[in-house]
Amino acid sequence: MRDHATEFPTRTQDETHTVGCTVNGREYEAVVDPRMTLADFLREKLRLTGTHLGCEHGVCGACTVIVDGAATRSCLMLAVQADGAQVETVEGLAEDGELSPLQCAFKRNHALQCGFCTPGFLMSVTAALREESVTTEEQAREVLSGNICRCTGYTGLVKSVLEASAGKEGNA
Amino acid sequence: MSDTLVPEGTMIGRRVERREDERLLTGHGGYLDDLDLPDALAAAFLRSPHAHAKILSFDATEALTLPGVVAVFSGADLMEIQKPLAPKVQHPQLRDYPRLPMPPQELHYVGEPLAVVVAESRYIAEDALELIEVDFEVLPAVASTAVALQENGPLAHSGDESNVAVLLTQSAGDAAKALAEAPNVLSEEFFVMRGGGHSMETRGVAARFEMATGQVTIWDTTQAPHYARQQLSVIYEMAEDDIRVIAPADVGGGFGPKAQFYGEEVVIPWVAMKLGRAVKWVEDRQENMVTSMMERSQTHRVDVGFDDNGLLLAVKDVIEHDQGAYCAGLQVPSITTSTVPGPYHVPNIEIELRACYTNMVPTSSVRGAGRPQAVFVMERMIDRIAEHLGLDPADVRRRNLIQADEFPYKVGIMFRDGSPLTYDSGDFPTLLEGTLERIGYTEARERQAKLREEGRYVGIGLSVYIEGCGLGPYEGAKIRLTNKGRILVTLAAAGQGQGYETVYAQIAADGIGLDMDYIEVKTGDTSRIPFGQGTFASRITATCGPAVMDAAKQMRERLIDTAAVLLGCDASEVDFVGDKACLGGDLEKSVSLQQLAQTANIGKHGITMPRGIKAGIETSSYFSPERAAYASGAHAALVEVDPETGEIEILKYVIGHDCGNVINPLLVDGQVLGGFAHGIGNAMYEEPVYDVEGQPQATSYLDYALVSATEVPPVELFHIQTPSPLNPLGVKGAGEGGTIPAPATIANAVEDALRPLRARVTRAPITPARIVDAIHRAESTSADQD
Amino acid sequence: MKPGRFTYHSPRSLDEALAALQVYGDDAKVLAGGQSLMPMLNFRLARFEHLVDVNRLGAEYAEPTFGDTRITIPLLVRQRRVERSEEAARLLPVLTEALAQVAHPQIRNRGTICGSLAHADPAAELPSVLSVLDATFTIASSRGVREVPAEEFFLFHLTTSLEPDELLLQVSVPRPPVNQFSSFREFATRRGDFALAGVAAVCEVDAAGVVTTCRVAAAGVAPTPHRLTDVEALVTGASLNEDLWPDVEAAARAQVDPTGDIHASAEYRSRLTGVLVKRALADIRGKLEASRA
Repeated sequence: MRDHATEFPTRTQDETHTVGCTVNGREYEAVVDPRMTLADFLREKLRLTGTHLGCEHGVCGACTVIVDGAATRSCLMLAVQADGAQVETVEGLAEDGELSPLQCAFKRNHALQCGFCTPGFLMSVTAALREESVTTEEQAREVLSGNICRCTGYTGLVKSVLEASAGKEGNA
Repeated sequence: MSDTLVPEGTMIGRRVERREDERLLTGHGGYLDDLDLPDALAAAFLRSPHAHAKILSFDATEALTLPGVVAVFSGADLMEIQKPLAPKVQHPQLRDYPRLPMPPQELHYVGEPLAVVVAESRYIAEDALELIEVDFEVLPAVASTAVALQENGPLAHSGDESNVAVLLTQSAGDAAKALAEAPNVLSEEFFVMRGGGHSMETRGVAARFEMATGQVTIWDTTQAPHYARQQLSVIYEMAEDDIRVIAPADVGGGFGPKAQFYGEEVVIPWVAMKLGRAVKWVEDRQENMVTSMMERSQTHRVDVGFDDNGLLLAVKDVIEHDQGAYCAGLQVPSITTSTVPGPYHVPNIEIELRACYTNMVPTSSVRGAGRPQAVFVMERMIDRIAEHLGLDPADVRRRNLIQADEFPYKVGIMFRDGSPLTYDSGDFPTLLEGTLERIGYTEARERQAKLREEGRYVGIGLSVYIEGCGLGPYEGAKIRLTNKGRILVTLAAAGQGQGYETVYAQIAADGIGLDMDYIEVKTGDTSRIPFGQGTFASRITATCGPAVMDAAKQMRERLIDTAAVLLGCDASEVDFVGDKACLGGDLEKSVSLQQLAQTANIGKHGITMPRGIKAGIETSSYFSPERAAYASGAHAALVEVDPETGEIEILKYVIGHDCGNVINPLLVDGQVLGGFAHGIGNAMYEEPVYDVEGQPQATSYLDYALVSATEVPPVELFHIQTPSPLNPLGVKGAGEGGTIPAPATIANAVEDALRPLRARVTRAPITPARIVDAIHRAESTSADQD
Repeated sequence: MKPGRFTYHSPRSLDEALAALQVYGDDAKVLAGGQSLMPMLNFRLARFEHLVDVNRLGAEYAEPTFGDTRITIPLLVRQRRVERSEEAARLLPVLTEALAQVAHPQIRNRGTICGSLAHADPAAELPSVLSVLDATFTIASSRGVREVPAEEFFLFHLTTSLEPDELLLQVSVPRPPVNQFSSFREFATRRGDFALAGVAAVCEVDAAGVVTTCRVAAAGVAPTPHRLTDVEALVTGASLNEDLWPDVEAAARAQVDPTGDIHASAEYRSRLTGVLVKRALADIRGKLEASRA
């Protein structure tokens, strides 16, 4: 049934670049092809697979991470462009194993089902709440509107944003 | 919904937060593309750029010279696996076309795979795709059911005699006669577009062959791993035990398309076996837009006959269904035909299905699966009856609804599961009245009249629906006391975010009488449990739930019996406190689960088992429902339409829902609200448009509109619970009810808002542009008449 | 959906960037915010041998300046930077209004104003806004610097007068007089989508309430931002009031000739343009009244 395993060809040396950046407070350095996206860099080079690829054209928001303080689509940024940057990903949100208030709110309010889009939502909302508080449902929906969730219908997400912004604590 | 009525100590009915969440919230989920397969090669498929074409020549020479490319296979290179992928739901009259995994000769839709590249990275694999040269002979394409069914039109498959897949008629009574004699008859043509599944995680397959054992392990984002294994066993001519299909613990949404079986699932493991290397293919969104099955359009020509009080006398519906390039199964159109009568008394029914082949991606189930179209047609016509007779649409519904004391209710036609369409239980009038009360129906009508005088267009839309769910043939569960002294529940069913790890631990906890902390749930791995069907048709709670409950009760018996022997007492005196089986609740006289496992499962090597102890604490159960259960619901919407822009503002939305007994209200609400968002997408946004050449036009999320938080309105949701008599838990499906009536409800509301302008809503989705165009069409029609 | 190969250049000064463009211009593309370019690369709809990433030219290119006579937005000013600038909101409210409707914050955080203009998508918000703000586009190359107005900058769908070796260095607009009022109105299928049509309008109004200057441009209905000169003529010299609306609506509708697509028919788009023009002018009237209250 099997053919012999095909010879593994050697790769020609592409022009590569060294990227050094800080991800979740830890410094990393890796050699990348210039065309590698930041998302693939995080997932494949650093094995931080919490950042997901949902559309690779900047609409679904699943790959959102925080770069130098700003929520950013990691599918629309090259890894080489992150050289010297401070990157935050979903893996960095819980401190010492304690879920952040936003993560707790997500759990409490069933703001996730399949969970694939969840890291993007968490990063977008985390960045937004650092900018300003969210007090109305309409504002909450606005803050969420750059990310797509196919499972939840957004109700739990809206509640979570409002509760996290109001500082409602309590572990899920 | 509160769980205050749940008795102390029981878990069923309790609002339990999910145990899946922690890993998903911290980025530690294990989706297919996250799996650690460091040596895996990446695959990419070359796909047909044409809707219909013959492959004249194929040349991958240049692609093969590209550094990092390991192999390229065309369809013709893999003739050994070119065997038809069978339609899931068949019919003796179906004219079926073999759907090959990667056709070597003729291609029938844009996106159909024709070759696969295996390379060191996906980047390189995509580079190689650009270097493959294929000559095509482009053939005429069929890109709509209208073209497919026209006389002497182009053929979707060369050399065929027609594009008809199947012609079927279902009837009860004599609709033709009843229509001829009815005092009132209304007719309309509706066009309903459904759109795709669009799970946020696309499809994917990875495979690794173990040369030493001859076994292949396949990771597949499928909703139905056992189905995939069975298909592969036939195609590969391998024993099922040598094929392990694992649906990863985390799959990023399913919604139907992942319940189907695709060529890529055949090609990738085969290539991994050929190369002796792990191979991974992750569908990208561009592929997903053109190659994952979707539902698409149905055209309905409907006639309804009714008396002067609005009582239905007859319904005749002729349905044109777009099957796509191949028949992946007749489930969708057959569900549509049986859903048309809905919750109403319809004495005479005739439903004719014309399913046909086109040169577009095959269609199959998407959340709602054939039901939203049927509900759209029936509910639009109920509103038209009210309009025609000058009655309140709520009253017309009241007069026709099947009453709560009429169950089981036989409709007179058949359901897709092969049984006579019989509603098991429900209370449609209570659902309708509860919904009307919460939307503030009477006040809303008054407000509507007042606002109309101010030139504002406010409308109220209602829908009542039924949903066949919880289908057979069976689903099963195994429960084992592990050697570490924990309870392991194993399901064949694979989840895509429904919370199986939580829900089935709740059920098992009640069955065993044990705290759910000691119970773990594993899903979707063919090596862990031999038989299974899959997650689709809102069926798992109603099929797997009873199986888990039964296996859990057996497990309780096994545990207690074993403990009773060790404690030297009668089984009736033993109960659990924490993870200990105690005599009369006394922790001093107890044995732990660990001790039970030590005694019954591990034993002492070569030493005789203690007298009275049965070895191996494991139970299993399979549950087969007698027939489908029927969930039901009512939706109401209050909308305002801006006649200048066509913008629809949803001012208020109410959902009344009945899925029988509820296992976990938190999760059921989540299912309904999520389904509702999908329904809003179907009602107002999602449209996988193809042009007349069969070229897909909405192939990115810039052109295919998925709703975000700003498009989905807040919803008031309430439940009633009429338990199903068809399963011991009294449960029904909850995953699709939010979706099914939303397009009908919005359409009814929009047409109601625009009634003074006489604009007609006859197609979904209802877009701003179509609304404005309809208003102006109505204006020019009435100008012509004046 | 992975980009094809390219050679990556990351110049550290304007001169370096212009030199790179001079050498590779015909096969090069400038990468600024990348929010339109990266999707095209991921889809492999576009292919360039060389990418010249201008993101490291220096911080001085990332800040707008609000001068006494002109407001200048250099090439690395992120959209979000201007959207959140109080000074911009006060001086160029139409720009702030429009920016809030460009996709989503995650896109605007990285997307640049000049990048969007150079991309010249006719359905995008910014080209029409900068057109009515009477913008000057400053274009640099190793051959020198030149300045062009909007009408000369936007040539066609995704096409500007930028030569292969040129870079849009900055866009600047005159500091608006205190009697200037403006509005941006668009209608999109969803929040953050490209508009089915959009309208940017700027009016200067004298003490008697008569419009002395009017510039109106439509987005999404022509291959470039479409100045509605017939509307401008109707409004100039008139007072903004309801009697005017039917005429401006009709004039706007008559002066556009959009194409239909899967999202909307051509007829709908022209009707919508008329409605949006009317609503933008009504909004201006509201702002005018509020300023005098």
